[in-house]
Amino acid sequence: MNFFFEVLIGGLLSGVMYALVALGFVLIFKASGVFNFAQGAMVYLAALSVVGCMEHGAPLWLAIILAFIIMTLFGIATEKFVLRKLVNQPPITLFMATIGLAFFIEGLAPMVFGSEPRALEIGIVDEPIEAILESANMVISKFDLVASGVAAVLVTVLALFFQYTRVGRALRAVADDHQAALSIGIPLQHIWAIVWGVAGFVALVAGMMWGARNGVQFALTFTALKALPVLILGGFTSVPGAIVGGLIIGASEKLAEIYIPPVMQSAFGGNFGGIEGWFPYVLALLFLLVRPEGLFGEKHIDRV
Amino acid sequence: MLYREAGQFKTTYAADQQLFPIRQDRLGVIALLAIGFVGVPLFASEYWFSAILIPFLVFSLAALGLNILTGYAGQLSLGSAAFMAVGAYAAYNFQLRVEGIPILVTFIMAGLTAAGVGILFGLPSLRIKGFYLAVATLAAQFFIVWCLTKFPWLSNNSSSGVISTQKMFIFGHEFDSPREKYLLVLSIVVFLSLAAKNMVRSSTGRAWMAVRDMDVAASVIGIRLMPTKLLAFAVSSFYCGVAGALYAFCYLGSVEPDGFSLELSFRILFMIIIGGVGSILGSYLGAAFILLLPIFLDIALPFFANLFGLPFSTATVSHIQVLVFGSLIMFFLIVEPHGLARLWQITKEKLRLWPFPH
Repeated sequence: MNFFFEVLIGGLLSGVMYALVALGFVLIFKASGVFNFAQGAMVYLAALSVVGCMEHGAPLWLAIILAFIIMTLFGIATEKFVLRKLVNQPPITLFMATIGLAFFIEGLAPMVFGSEPRALEIGIVDEPIEAILESANMVISKFDLVASGVAAVLVTVLALFFQYTRVGRALRAVADDHQAALSIGIPLQHIWAIVWGVAGFVALVAGMMWGARNGVQFALTFTALKALPVLILGGFTSVPGAIVGGLIIGASEKLAEIYIPPVMQSAFGGNFGGIEGWFPYVLALLFLLVRPEGLFGEKHIDRV
Repeated sequence: MLYREAGQFKTTYAADQQLFPIRQDRLGVIALLAIGFVGVPLFASEYWFSAILIPFLVFSLAALGLNILTGYAGQLSLGSAAFMAVGAYAAYNFQLRVEGIPILVTFIMAGLTAAGVGILFGLPSLRIKGFYLAVATLAAQFFIVWCLTKFPWLSNNSSSGVISTQKMFIFGHEFDSPREKYLLVLSIVVFLSLAAKNMVRSSTGRAWMAVRDMDVAASVIGIRLMPTKLLAFAVSSFYCGVAGALYAFCYLGSVEPDGFSLELSFRILFMIIIGGVGSILGSYLGAAFILLLPIFLDIALPFFANLFGLPFSTATVSHIQVLVFGSLIMFFLIVEPHGLARLWQITKEKLRLWPFPH
């Protein structure tokens, strides 16, 4: 039973890491209706810029600020040079454009900052917490705990930002209805630039957490693939959905990885590891059959 | 002037309903087929056959399959590579396990197997729409590739699922030179393209387009959504499956499950976006573009590097390649969101008058 809880808590904590990436998707989709496939590449770019700045001698805090500036500028440039030109195109075209953007980043970032895998030291060690290890004999990583703390702070800050600031209110208005927002004088393009900036910031946080945990390398772009099932499970438009979806996916994926392969092995023989790759997707798919708009997604009503 | 249909009168229903109603189109298609079947085999080199022409035809077929599903029926799919994998492995297994089965029947069975799997993964489309469906098709992508790696029976117990395809015989003649393989692929692709062109203008195709434009409205006017959507998944997967079988048997000769990765699915999706969503011709143009672009960049980048005296390492070249590829995708989407097929349409309209001003 102890082992079960250890896997469960480990899964929940890694789910928080997925949710960090999924948040970036949700922010952009909510505000502009763009399904931004480049979010994974942005995570990679953010982590690389932090490491790259530190290699040029900048201390950690300066590197983070520089990376934030890079991400914001990049987000604004994306909005200005790509998305603004694609206004009124069908969503699939915008989606394809963000895949192109992902390729662009994946080519550009290693050219500027170097492609070899590097470690990112942010002063948190990835080791078990001794008190829990002794009292309950469970391995709970300190790092994961800090990461979930960061995620909690991030979500709180975002929620406050959306709820109580002028810009946040404008963002919610745009998310609700582009036309109506425009007609009461909210500058749509500024808002989109801000959204991309915020998404860049979220990518930066996610990139630092993932980079510190697994090293800064090309594989960071695949975090997007981890975030997608979280996204459809929670609903594309819901910030709490991303968090809850992340927790569900993280926990069930780790439990499935431990408990399903032995069952299949005894049934068919052979090695059935690595189901982490598809299990979240199948789980999310089955879930969608019951609730087609995800857990917290807006209910879609079709009118002819 | 070159492309003017004035004076071509239709006197029978058959003439009015033919596949290419304009004479210039008919002549163009016949000329293309003549070049493809006679001209190219006479002059092309071995390299052209095995590195450019065969993959071009195979990817055109896969893009055509995806175009039927995404372009005509409006269901966005990110799992086309997985259906290609199903086709490739099904063809291998039919050849392996069924004694004396003809190779063409094998390809058809491979397509049908892929169609069955496609229907299975198309079932969620009855409930889920848009990007939710796109992400759901990723489940097919990852699950199928995982199955092919983990179930040793499917690859006849070879390590890590690699299969080497069998020899191909038709009426006792072995197809093993690149030229013969090219002709075989070309015949299959031409046949399936004509079938697709016919299908999309039939009542089936019109039903697909109605569903694409608005599925609620389509169901209100009496189109049954379930058979229509599932048929689109089945036909699309059939095309992808045959393309996968040809990919394994005629192009690579030996494939592994990881070769049918998400990246391949994206490449096929790029092909139809660049070529033109909802256009048969677009599938070909897109496949040619996406296939030739990396080859072109491979040649052009070192050339430019020498020209400006920049020392490029191979790593940098590969990064620039990815970067240029991404930028070109964005550039194309901004400049011509309807794809290369639209450019061809504009050209045709210009050709009606050219070289006269009116």
